[in-house]
Amino acid sequence: MSTTLRSALPDAELDEPRELSTAPTGSDRVFVIGTRSIAATVLVITGAIGVFLALSAVPTIQHYGLGFFTETQWQPESDTLGIAAVLLGTFTVALVALLFAFPVALLTALYIAEYAPTRLRPTLISLIDLMAAVPSIIYGLWGFVLLQPHASAIALWLHQHLGWIPFFRVDADPDAAVWEQTRYTASAFIAGLAVAMMVMPMACAVMRQVFSQAPPGEREAAFALGATHWGVIKTVVLPFGKGGIIGGTMLGLGRALGETIAVVLIISPAFDLKLKPLEVGTNTISALIAGRFGEATSLQLQALLTAGFVLFVITLGINTLAAMIVTRSRSGAGAEA
Amino acid sequence: MTIELEHAASQTPVGRTATLVRSEPASNDVVDDALRRQLSTTTAEQRFELAGCWIAAAALSWLVCARLMPWDGTVVFVLVTFVVGVTLIAVITSLDAGRPEVSDRLVSTVVHSAALLVGVALASTIIFVLVQGFGGMVHVNTWVDDMSGVGPRDPLDRGGIAHAIVGSLIEIGIAVAVTIPLGIGTAIYMTEIGGRFATIVRTIVEAMTALPSIVAGLFIYTTLIVGLGMPRSGLAAAMALSVMMLPIIARASDVVLRVVPGNLREASLALGASRWRTVWHIVLPTARPGLATAVILGVARGIGETSPVLLTSGTAAFMVTDPTDGVMNSLPLFIFSTVRSGEPLYIDRAYAAAAILLLLVLILFVSARLLARPRKGSR
Repeated sequence: MSTTLRSALPDAELDEPRELSTAPTGSDRVFVIGTRSIAATVLVITGAIGVFLALSAVPTIQHYGLGFFTETQWQPESDTLGIAAVLLGTFTVALVALLFAFPVALLTALYIAEYAPTRLRPTLISLIDLMAAVPSIIYGLWGFVLLQPHASAIALWLHQHLGWIPFFRVDADPDAAVWEQTRYTASAFIAGLAVAMMVMPMACAVMRQVFSQAPPGEREAAFALGATHWGVIKTVVLPFGKGGIIGGTMLGLGRALGETIAVVLIISPAFDLKLKPLEVGTNTISALIAGRFGEATSLQLQALLTAGFVLFVITLGINTLAAMIVTRSRSGAGAEA
Repeated sequence: MTIELEHAASQTPVGRTATLVRSEPASNDVVDDALRRQLSTTTAEQRFELAGCWIAAAALSWLVCARLMPWDGTVVFVLVTFVVGVTLIAVITSLDAGRPEVSDRLVSTVVHSAALLVGVALASTIIFVLVQGFGGMVHVNTWVDDMSGVGPRDPLDRGGIAHAIVGSLIEIGIAVAVTIPLGIGTAIYMTEIGGRFATIVRTIVEAMTALPSIVAGLFIYTTLIVGLGMPRSGLAAAMALSVMMLPIIARASDVVLRVVPGNLREASLALGASRWRTVWHIVLPTARPGLATAVILGVARGIGETSPVLLTSGTAAFMVTDPTDGVMNSLPLFIFSTVRSGEPLYIDRAYAAAAILLLLVLILFVSARLLARPRKGSR
């Protein structure tokens, strides 16, 4: 049987690929241009702030020299401005805040991720988020009115019993018959406690999220080997969450450095270069801005902006480092702060 | 430890099925909590030991604080109780168990105490503000009157803080009207279009989330009020709030949009939809609960922020409804300026304002949570 091979039909044309257009349609073009211009606007606004702050540093440094960073006093009357004391105060308040916030945040995050009953967990997470949403002025009020009497009593106790450590020293007689309570109030210690209330939920949220991602296989392997609950936490959860612990703490530190209103409410401003958090009087960069912007001349305003710029650069550096630690570490997957 | 092993042995079949269900979980898999066996079991004896330790600790602490040492005050009592309690638990546990179990019990005690401390701190804050503010909140005039012509000695049934409430709402309203289109538009650009320019925008926006709020206020104060000669007004305050909230909302929306599954977008594009229609009909509706949460949390942050407003709005004692027309008051500013006045009745008004502010934040927060809830099932 023979097959007749049919040649192509005489009038058939060659298949040609259809013209594919990758050019966007009209509405798409509008969409791309529209969103790009919005993004450009935001870039200009936010970038302008950074540039503006950086530029404000120029006249300040020209006028006050590098002594601006080492001068402790802020006396516009005698034209001596410097941020050494407020910078130290900023770090003292943040340090006290972290000293309290870090252990509590870590333990609370462990409680929510490991110990709390499963059914209660979403509620507890919401409560921590709520704590982060409470306005800072309310924590300021709380610290100012409710916490101050108790905290100053604790400060006195620390001074009486640990006064030989310079960190706990206060310029007052610890064993006076009637203790000078005013020497122990309005201090960096109490301001730090109020700031700790704001920092704790932020740090706790990051840590909790990272702990909850601890690999279940390793956890259960540890349990299967007979580890206690603490054993599992120590060998699996904490090493896995190390990045989150550091990152969360640093994010909290960034927030603590910039906190204003709670600090302004509690402290009494002082410009001494001292590391005595229990004693009355301290100052922070943000409290300085809040207290001095009103009567500032244009040069002093530039100086305040420079102080703000220094604060911004420090916060930015800490936040960037925190983000890097969280994403680089093993625990980084999906942790959004 | 031994107890756990016995427990596991007695329930081998259950344990085995549970293991089979969980076999080889992928590293990021979330195992359904219902399938997990409850690992931490306590015996009646352990519970009695724990209760006994705490009762003994409280009694010893009372002895120390009230009889032996001149320490009074509840804080000291609680601290001493905690220290004594932890010590007692360590001693009692070490009587019949080895070191691993002792440290396990100790850590568990400390963790529970820390959680309790946080709970007490949060509850004391909220209850303190609500109780202190109750005296002012029960008067109707607090909600409907302003402070014009009201002196420091006038009783609480005269004057009110309606001007601060209205001022807060106007300022935050303008700030939201500015930040939502800009913030979400930027987020859409960063996730949906991308490219090198988007990377730059993302870097800058993320950097600006580190801007302390007082510096945002100082920026607006220097540029708009000192530089351009604008009067202190609600508008300037709204601008300061916008500058502060813009990076926060843009970044949060970016995070939310990035978790929209890519196959939804591809399906839409494959069906012939344009990019614009894909974003409008697919991406944004999918991300709506998350976006709403991001915005509401940003608003809650903005409405309670005092420092930018402090520098830019001035304080008015009367009702101002035109944001361009001179000074305006707002709730955080009202609290800040009255609480330090030293006048007891003014301080009562400040607490009323704080309670109202807290209620506003609570309402915003709860609505954010309710909006976010549907996402649970779909993700």
